[in-house]
Amino acid sequence: MAILQNKLRPFSAARCLGLAFVVFAASLGYGQTTNSCLDCHSALPDPLGVSQDKFSQDIHAQKGLTCVSCHGGDPSSDDPDKAMSRKAGWKGKIDRKQIPQLCGSCHSDPAYIRQFNPSLRTDQLDQYRTSVHGRRLAAGDTKVAVCTDCHSVHDLRAPSDPRSTVNPVNVANKCAHCHSDAGYMKGYSIPTDQFAKYSTSVHYQALAVRGDLSAPTCSTCHGNHGAVPPGVDKIQNVCSNCHAFQAQMYEKSSHKKAFDAASLPGCVVCHGNHGIVHPTDAYLGTGPEAVCMRCHTPGDKCDQARAALESGLNRLDSAIKGADQVLAVAESSGMEVSEARLGQDQARDSLTKARVTIHSFHTDLVDQDIQAGMKVAARDLQAGKEAMVERDRRRVGLGISLIAIGIALAGLWLYIKKIES
Amino acid sequence: MSPLRTLRGWLEERLGWDDLLVPLRKKTVPLHKLSYWYFLGGITLFLFVIQVLTGILLLLYYRPGENEAFESVQYIMTQVKFGWLIRSIHSWSANLMIFTAFAHMFSVLFLKAYRKPRELTWVSGVILLFLVMGFGFSGYLLPWNALAFFATKVGTEITAQVPIIGKPIMIFLRGGEEVTGATLTRFFGFHVAVLPGLATLLILLHVLLVQRLGISIPSKLEAQWTANPSAKREMRFFPNFMLRELMAWYVALGVLGALAAIFPWNLGVKADPFAPAPAGIKPEWYFLFMFQTLKLIPPKVWIIDGEVLGVLAFGLGGLLWLLLPFFESDQPSRAKRWITGLAVFALAYMVGMSVYGHLAK
Repeated sequence: MAILQNKLRPFSAARCLGLAFVVFAASLGYGQTTNSCLDCHSALPDPLGVSQDKFSQDIHAQKGLTCVSCHGGDPSSDDPDKAMSRKAGWKGKIDRKQIPQLCGSCHSDPAYIRQFNPSLRTDQLDQYRTSVHGRRLAAGDTKVAVCTDCHSVHDLRAPSDPRSTVNPVNVANKCAHCHSDAGYMKGYSIPTDQFAKYSTSVHYQALAVRGDLSAPTCSTCHGNHGAVPPGVDKIQNVCSNCHAFQAQMYEKSSHKKAFDAASLPGCVVCHGNHGIVHPTDAYLGTGPEAVCMRCHTPGDKCDQARAALESGLNRLDSAIKGADQVLAVAESSGMEVSEARLGQDQARDSLTKARVTIHSFHTDLVDQDIQAGMKVAARDLQAGKEAMVERDRRRVGLGISLIAIGIALAGLWLYIKKIES
Repeated sequence: MSPLRTLRGWLEERLGWDDLLVPLRKKTVPLHKLSYWYFLGGITLFLFVIQVLTGILLLLYYRPGENEAFESVQYIMTQVKFGWLIRSIHSWSANLMIFTAFAHMFSVLFLKAYRKPRELTWVSGVILLFLVMGFGFSGYLLPWNALAFFATKVGTEITAQVPIIGKPIMIFLRGGEEVTGATLTRFFGFHVAVLPGLATLLILLHVLLVQRLGISIPSKLEAQWTANPSAKREMRFFPNFMLRELMAWYVALGVLGALAAIFPWNLGVKADPFAPAPAGIKPEWYFLFMFQTLKLIPPKVWIIDGEVLGVLAFGLGGLLWLLLPFFESDQPSRAKRWITGLAVFALAYMVGMSVYGHLAK
């Protein structure tokens, strides 16, 4: 633990005085030579160039670590031979194979990490070694990702920083950097269209367009340092981590047994994986978007159940839209229908619940939700209609009142004429 | 003898009201091409009476309180027989009353009816206008809906800009640092007790002064009539003018009924103190010219905070407006033009800024 030792090296009085001098000199503008690494490397072209500005953005620099912490050497010397001497512990460019181990020398040490961030995990290296990346690296494949490929280097930011390469909104782009590069991925026998598909998905829309950080990116399903997330035996079952109710319904359904028997990967069969779009009720139909009919035969028992499910959802959807329409007209006429409007949310909840219950593939269960929604939508429609009748009644009443006022005005005018004539 | 005449005789013996009605019978109204403007004061009074009557009816069901106000107004609008009509008329009538009060004030200004000896009539009228705006501000919060909540928040915050006394006034109005249920109960108290009491006293004084001093005649016409008394044309107040005023009231009633039936006053959504303020929130139209001005003033004007400067300027402007008749000199021609010019500018400014505020995002 060279770094730890460096960090905890006791300060002597002489060192304190020296530090005080450096601070004083720096304040006078004479402190430019305290880090000879940056003095030279800020003037070098890439990949050797590291500017003071770039390094100051790095979370490690902000926590007090320096070039020496990873590369060793003596930054206090202006002589390159002394600064980069093996005697001074200089390691030079870190070999790719050694990077996980070097990062792990601190990040796998709970006592050390606790000083900076007590909530930061320290199992990244162990996790990495179980991943495909880690295993291939151990086998000698240096093309696979190591820590710096994802997290960047010399300007590494905390994942919570929106500019971090591993911030949830940037993760997919970072993975795509290698996984969408057909040339780079040649020889690995895996597709390279994941990002293209993901970009069309409902998850990408939620995360990248709406900025919903709870929406999944690559690492949500595939894990980051390790393999799949905790508690998930197969990657295809990862959906249940978020879509818990759908998963519960599916677990009890007849499809679960059938899919397991046929070694089909659950959710993915109907919804796909990287390119998951927003599901619609048309999935239950017979049109181009239909998914049931990919496996089922028209007219069989399951097709009949499918038709019943589709018709139930369509009925409730139409009932809600119909009630919404009447309520909107009543509202625009100034009628107070906020209670019925609120009720419509209840009907919409029933529709959403029915769409979740579809994953049980049990017509009676779905029908219960449909009926509950239909009841509310019918009540709201009635409220809207009553409001419209009331609106018409008010207008008739207004007409009669205006006629009465007109008669009174005419009478007054005639009376005025009479008394003034 | 008919029962009506018997009753009248009985009351006459005890009250002697024939003597009380003598001044009313003798009272006349000048007749000229601008006489129609004389109806505005009466219409404003009529709308005030409508406010009082509908307000009393609303009080039968309204419950002031953070958890009850919105629901009680919703109940009035949906469950109480003709509740929607009473509430809509109350809201529309409030807006029309403020409009007619402004129109009445400007008509008085342009017809020079504020001149000696009617200075106090003007002063009482301007204070009444401020009270009417206070009615609007306090009543707006009572349904406890989102727009009202945030408008009150913004409005009371502006009060806090007044140096030294602003913050204590804001805390007094809000009943604390924030707009809460305590603000609602205070505003309810102002709206149904304090303001009506003050307004009734001032209306009595205003009407008494009009009765005592008679109706003003435009200065040019007054000079013509003094030079040629035979050209003077008048109408008896009672019953001739009163019957015409009654016709105007009927028309106002018809307009109110039509507005209430065709455009019932919206209730909105219940106030949620934790929700963000709705985008582009604006005050009621009669405060819009002030609100828009405050928005346009730069944050710093020289060393003074822009908003503080705006609030102080409106405060000073209101005070000068109140005292306007006292600036008119006995050598009137120049001052008259100056005041007329000011009135035209004020009207154009208020209308222009209100339209700008309405259209601005």
